[in-house]
Amino acid sequence: MSILINKNTKVMTQGITGKTGQFHTQMCAAYANGKNCFVAGVNPKKAGEAFEGIPIYGTVEEAKKQTGATVSVIYVPPPFAAAAIDEAVEAELDLVICITEGIPVRDMIRTRDRMKGRKTMLLGPNCPGTITPDEIKIGIMPGHIHKKGRIGVVSRSGTLTYEAVGQLTALGLGQSSAVGIGGDPVNGLKHIDVLRLFNDDPETDAVIMIGEIGGSDEEAAAEWVKANMKKPVVGFIAGVTAPPGKRMGHAGAIISGGKGTAQEKLAVMEACGIKVTRNPAEMAKLLKSVL
Amino acid sequence: MNIHEYQGKEVFRKFGVPTPRGIPAFSVDEAVKAAESLGGKVWVVKAQIHAGGRGKGGGVKVAKSMAEVKELAGKILGMQLVTHQTGPAGRKVGRLLIEEGADIRKELYVALVVDRVTQRATMMASSEGGMDIEEVAAHTPEKIHRVAIDPKTGLKDGEAEDIARKIGVPEGSIGEARELLKNLYRVFDECDCSLAEVNPLIVTGEGKVVALDAKLNFDSNALFRHPEIVAYRDLDEEDPAEIEASKFDLSYISLDGNIGCLVNGAGLAMATMDTIKLFGGNPANFLDVGGGATTEKVTEAFKIMLKRPGLKAILVNIFGGIMKCDTIANGVVAAAREVHLSVPLVVRLEGTNVELGKKILAESGLPIISASDMGDAAAKVVAAAKG
Repeated sequence: MSILINKNTKVMTQGITGKTGQFHTQMCAAYANGKNCFVAGVNPKKAGEAFEGIPIYGTVEEAKKQTGATVSVIYVPPPFAAAAIDEAVEAELDLVICITEGIPVRDMIRTRDRMKGRKTMLLGPNCPGTITPDEIKIGIMPGHIHKKGRIGVVSRSGTLTYEAVGQLTALGLGQSSAVGIGGDPVNGLKHIDVLRLFNDDPETDAVIMIGEIGGSDEEAAAEWVKANMKKPVVGFIAGVTAPPGKRMGHAGAIISGGKGTAQEKLAVMEACGIKVTRNPAEMAKLLKSVL
Repeated sequence: MNIHEYQGKEVFRKFGVPTPRGIPAFSVDEAVKAAESLGGKVWVVKAQIHAGGRGKGGGVKVAKSMAEVKELAGKILGMQLVTHQTGPAGRKVGRLLIEEGADIRKELYVALVVDRVTQRATMMASSEGGMDIEEVAAHTPEKIHRVAIDPKTGLKDGEAEDIARKIGVPEGSIGEARELLKNLYRVFDECDCSLAEVNPLIVTGEGKVVALDAKLNFDSNALFRHPEIVAYRDLDEEDPAEIEASKFDLSYISLDGNIGCLVNGAGLAMATMDTIKLFGGNPANFLDVGGGATTEKVTEAFKIMLKRPGLKAILVNIFGGIMKCDTIANGVVAAAREVHLSVPLVVRLEGTNVELGKKILAESGLPIISASDMGDAAAKVVAAAKG
């Protein structure tokens, strides 16, 4: 078991012919069972062609019909990325992972509205993707730092996810799945959704949850953990030093109207029984202490 | 991206949001001419800077004669305007808005933002106009009314009228308020705003509903489809270091401290700043070089950090994923040579090709302090900065 994806998942790549899409499709296909997982590409102008042996179809619908792919990963440039998500939702895929950074919020508001009542789950946008070590990697994370195991990782930030994974692996603690939910204000799966999946996964023993300034998703997740989570959760929030009103790289990482500070989030998490550290170099050490 | 009040009001008028008549002025002469061309007996001289609290800081004054317009324009233009949003150094005023005086019966508040929980544009309105809305939210939250707007329909007539009544628009002006609020949502939506705030929204003695202020921020990810908004950009209002960084696609923000940070990834960059603070130091900047950093980008990043007066040390913290550590190491070495590094440099590398990266740094002959993890890196850079 694992969450969201495993070695049997069939994946199509939307934006497979762009520079980013090509590079990461190669990397993902080369990881663990990737060769068997990445079965299709989508590009309306290049239907009938192939990339590295992966057939390209004109539409998501067609790719799904021909290959049985149920998951899509998107590298389409920002002005067209929301429409790419819409297409995957229309085709009723199970999961869409949108790596693209820089999608206008207005586009995402409409896409999220159209997704209401639909079966498709969205991870991202502006996320590194997700990986189940030694089985499948969908996204831009470096595969080799991961190790198969029983710790879940969920984070808004890409490199900070790698940091946590790297620390865990160094301590000999493998990961069941590592999930990057992305740094945008209007997105798909949130901390709370991923924690719910880890809670139900018999092969996950404990979770590292990494948040950052802006919004109140971490607080909502902490309240949920207090009421429902059967497994230990430890946390870190980036941005204690961030000044209000300044966007810290991620579109969603901004303290506005005095809301969404790291201190506030850390306080709520602690009050909900989540052990937190203020030192990001010690995330894995803290997790090890609660096992 | 932010724009000035007078520019925001130009946008408002295009969308049918009523504003007072006004003319921007860049000199005292232009201010007087603007007042003459507006006519009337009362004018408001308003400093144009990208920060709130201008009135309290002395940047908004009423003039009752041409002589007064001249005197006030002379005083405000060029002044260092300090408000709660500018920091203690304040901001130099380079532009004015000369506006006709308004007959204010009621001062109200209305704003639009994106609410992450409902994932919709949300209108917030209050009867407490002219005040600091954060104060209102803290002390009398029941006076703030909200409506989450369906993107398929926009703000509906009933919703707009309901919110207008709740904030105390008189019955005779409800129709006018409804149209204003609906058009304000169209501004927010069609221009890809991240914030549209009117404080105060006023009802005049004659019952007209007018936007007396205009604060618009825009989603920088959507500027590609708004050249008309990009044309409003005022570089004098932005940090020169941040402008320089944006030319090289570096995400950079100046902070108060003396330890420069160069990191890949926004979350790791914030976490690095936090760790420096935790070990008793003070970061001089946030800097995310992104996933595709090249030698050129790293060199530019070093140049920008080193321009900062009082810089005591630099910390490079890289978790190489797609970006390989040897690429970064080569960039750091080239940059350190090119810019004649004058402060201690601590480097922490992890991830893809880390051994190769460390070897390049060690063999460079440069006085680079190498660190094993983030905590070690922070401790070393803080010690170096004090040293």
